[in-house]
Amino acid sequence: MEIVGFALPALSDAVALTIQANVLLHLVLGVAMGLCVGIFPGLGGIAGLSLLLPFMYGMEPMSGLALMIGLVAVVPTSDTFASVLMGIPGSSASQATVLDGFPLAKRGEAARALSAAFASSLFGGLVGAAFLTVFILVARPIVLEFRTPELLMITAFGLSMVGILAGRVAIKGIVAAGLGLLAGTIGEGDSAGALRMATYELPYLTDGFKLVIVGLGIFAIPEIVALLRQDRAISDRPVLGGGWLEGARDWFANIWLSVRCSTIGVVVGVIPGLGGSVVDWIAYGHTIQTTKDKSSFGHGNIRGVIGPESSNNAKEGGGLVPTLLFGIPGSGSMAIFIGAVALLGSGQIEVGPSMIKNNLDITYAIVWLLALANVAGTLICIAASGGIAHITSIPFKLLAPFLFMVISFAAFQSGQSLMDLVALFGFGLIGIMLRRFDWSRPAFLIGFVLSNPAETYANQAVQIASFRFRKSFEDGIDYLVSPIVVVLIVITAVSIVIGWRQAKNIRSEGDVPSGSKRAPMIFLLLVLAYLLVAFVNASMIPDHAAADRVFPRFVAGAAILGTLVLLVQMMLKPESNPLFADREAGCREENGRGLWETLAWFAGLLILTSLTGFIIALSAFLLAFFRIRAKRSWTGTALLTGTGIAFICLLAGILNRDFPPGLLQELARLPWPLT
Amino acid sequence: MLPGKNFCSCAAAAVAALFAPAALADGMLDLSGETVEWVIPFSETGGSAKWANFYAPLLSDALPGNPTIVVKFMPGAGSTKGANWFQDQEYADTNGTLIFGSSGSTQFPYLLGDPRVRYEYGDWHVVLASGTGGVAYLPPDLAAKMDGMDASALRDTDFIYGSQGATRLDLVPLLAWEMLGLNVEPVFGIKGRGDGRLMFERGEANIDYQTSSSYLSGVMPLIEAGTAVQMMSWGALDADGNVVRDPTFPDMPTFKEVCEATDGCETSGEKWDAWKAFFIAGFPAQKMVFLPNGASEEAIATYSAAFDAVKARADFAEISANRLGKYPQITGAGAAAALDSATNVPAEAKAFVINWLQERYGVSLN
Repeated sequence: MEIVGFALPALSDAVALTIQANVLLHLVLGVAMGLCVGIFPGLGGIAGLSLLLPFMYGMEPMSGLALMIGLVAVVPTSDTFASVLMGIPGSSASQATVLDGFPLAKRGEAARALSAAFASSLFGGLVGAAFLTVFILVARPIVLEFRTPELLMITAFGLSMVGILAGRVAIKGIVAAGLGLLAGTIGEGDSAGALRMATYELPYLTDGFKLVIVGLGIFAIPEIVALLRQDRAISDRPVLGGGWLEGARDWFANIWLSVRCSTIGVVVGVIPGLGGSVVDWIAYGHTIQTTKDKSSFGHGNIRGVIGPESSNNAKEGGGLVPTLLFGIPGSGSMAIFIGAVALLGSGQIEVGPSMIKNNLDITYAIVWLLALANVAGTLICIAASGGIAHITSIPFKLLAPFLFMVISFAAFQSGQSLMDLVALFGFGLIGIMLRRFDWSRPAFLIGFVLSNPAETYANQAVQIASFRFRKSFEDGIDYLVSPIVVVLIVITAVSIVIGWRQAKNIRSEGDVPSGSKRAPMIFLLLVLAYLLVAFVNASMIPDHAAADRVFPRFVAGAAILGTLVLLVQMMLKPESNPLFADREAGCREENGRGLWETLAWFAGLLILTSLTGFIIALSAFLLAFFRIRAKRSWTGTALLTGTGIAFICLLAGILNRDFPPGLLQELARLPWPLT
Repeated sequence: MLPGKNFCSCAAAAVAALFAPAALADGMLDLSGETVEWVIPFSETGGSAKWANFYAPLLSDALPGNPTIVVKFMPGAGSTKGANWFQDQEYADTNGTLIFGSSGSTQFPYLLGDPRVRYEYGDWHVVLASGTGGVAYLPPDLAAKMDGMDASALRDTDFIYGSQGATRLDLVPLLAWEMLGLNVEPVFGIKGRGDGRLMFERGEANIDYQTSSSYLSGVMPLIEAGTAVQMMSWGALDADGNVVRDPTFPDMPTFKEVCEATDGCETSGEKWDAWKAFFIAGFPAQKMVFLPNGASEEAIATYSAAFDAVKARADFAEISANRLGKYPQITGAGAAAALDSATNVPAEAKAFVINWLQERYGVSLN
């Protein structure tokens, strides 16, 4: 009762704060900016908020909050465009949407997929806001119950999703996840600073790879290259009109799935330390586990869009709990948000433990701005989706160069080094190989995302637990085996069992024919070679840094065992076995162009960039591509190239970003944008 | 260095000079219409970002010509990447449109001889040094064991501390607690001090410290709620270089006072000297603003005057108290002196810490 008496006046104050013309105006402005930023793959809330920061100083607090919340709330709505229409994860929150959304677009049902996604996003956002209204009052003690062992178990639960996404050959999926986990350990260890698969000679590696680059490399590049080789439009049949109503109906038919996935989104978002990058995968895994007919996942099952999209907007609401109540950002964009809030007005709003007590009205206003932003964003997106869906009927060779341009630019923003482009290319190559030989790419990505939490939480839990055991046995057991941990263990076990029994029926990336033994075998041996090197490399870490050694060595060891089992199976089984899946074998007639020829275009852009810097290289690349590959007239070529260059310069200018420099820039000082 | 680079940069400088911001008559730069880039070698999410975002609009108001100031983040390799990049920049190429913000995390690898460091503070020109402080705190039951300022009763407790790494700023608290004879085990892998506080709130860690501004916003509510109790501040430096009470926390004992009251802890000798040297490097001049190598006298004067003007604002005390704490924001000769004390640690102190890191944590820095 006391809580209600405390909350009700704040609720009505919050309404008064929110419903003001200039607040709503700023909200719409923020929503518009968020939609624009989110639509570009690889750019998300961080880029958008950084753009707003200079204007926050001394701004009227409610207007500033409306602007920022509007922007943050709708990024996971508009990033769906890239995921569904082009198979490129628009941001880390929409990776799982690609798996079924993109096949739908290929079938000409892009509008249906988009509107189902937007309806789910809206619902998720509203569930998140409604949940927060109640939960924020009691959240603090509950969130504090999630200690390191609980965080470790949630990470393990996330990893258990590998089971259901492993593909036809379970061991291949597990090894793929192992590769992802190992890719995540590259660089300086978090515990003792030991280097894993890195050297100080290459400073880029010591920081580890960024999710943006791995996500774009693993999903976007293989898709762009595959489509480019087929030389057609994304959609292989006429684009269906009026699909948006059908999508909304699809969402309504699956409303309970949407409820469950929104809940998953809020819960994972609420817990500080995990970040939201894995929530869409958990939702996707849950969607498959609870669907009777599993065979159509990966071929365009609308439920595969509804699940992840319901979760990722709900997560933004959940993520406000650690941000507002503890002053600990749940994500990168929330970290900037915290910094920006301090700039507002005279700095009277202090995000952190005192927020509920001193600023409950503002807290509620934030929650409701979030809900309003979701509504506004969804309406705009649905209105636009019918038109934008027609992008899937444009010949892909006219689209691909711009996609290479945008993802290169986005990748460069993560580390501002030419190495970002090299890493993008490298992960693109890995993605192409994983796709070709039907090794689960979702498993790889889940492994990568959870690598750091898995290692850090495991190390910390062991250290703290051993310290408690020294005090008394009971104290240690109480710490490790809390009720929450037990519940999580049960959920994880159920998830693994379901995954184990069902994985064979699920082809999240479509059917892949089997070919000869040679190519899959060579790839397997390459994987084995990397695993062995990684194992030896980890083993060489000295004892004082043992905490940085255990995890990579354990993962590499387990993956080596899996690889050896595969090797033996490959020797025994005939060529028709799914072990030897090879896309090159069956799709020859579809692929008008060779893999290496297509990849060479991108490699060319990369090499030229290292010599002349990005803008000059891009101009040459676009000119050559449109003229030679797309066979446009000189006028058309010049027009397309000019548009591309003007567009990327405008984007970089607005966001105040630089382009990758090359050798030329070392030698001479050039004016922007050539720098 | 590439052959020909010198020639080209000279040529570029000559060209640039034609378009360079015109010098005003009184020896000041005029930055009208220019965009000043303020490079921060950390991500958008850290304390340095907050600090730069606080100063950027004020600095823009104060600089002649009111240039646009853009804070640019260049994170990587614990800030050594950005600092190495800045080392390669020449003033002649930027003419006062580039400044750099370093932090304690940039200073410590430099002091400890980290192999990644390829920058030299001596080449840069400091125009502002911002100080801060730090406060250690305990759970109420453990704080009650302290006898006034005497911490010796805490020696039979096993402490857990969420740490970002022994070679970072965390070495100041870790060394202090060890000098008091406390048995503190750091749990590494924490991403920021906020995560350390969360670990404390969850009851997993039972000792923690925060820098002043985070203490004010994050720990004061816990103290009011009775779930945490202050232990000591690291203190501040007076004009003669003595450790005195922190002006933001005048009622809180400093580590020096606690050490004096605790049997077996010495406020003299090599251990104390080493602690004090690294405290000075890490806190009283934690964040500094630099112009690149070769900066002209007028550029240094322009920026120093601008920061002076920011400090002289009528509302500065009020707006900075919450954001930066009540710490000196030093300009001019004082900033140069602060830089000197922050980056020139006596050889014995450095040798002691390197040896201590090796013996206590097995960290070798080469």
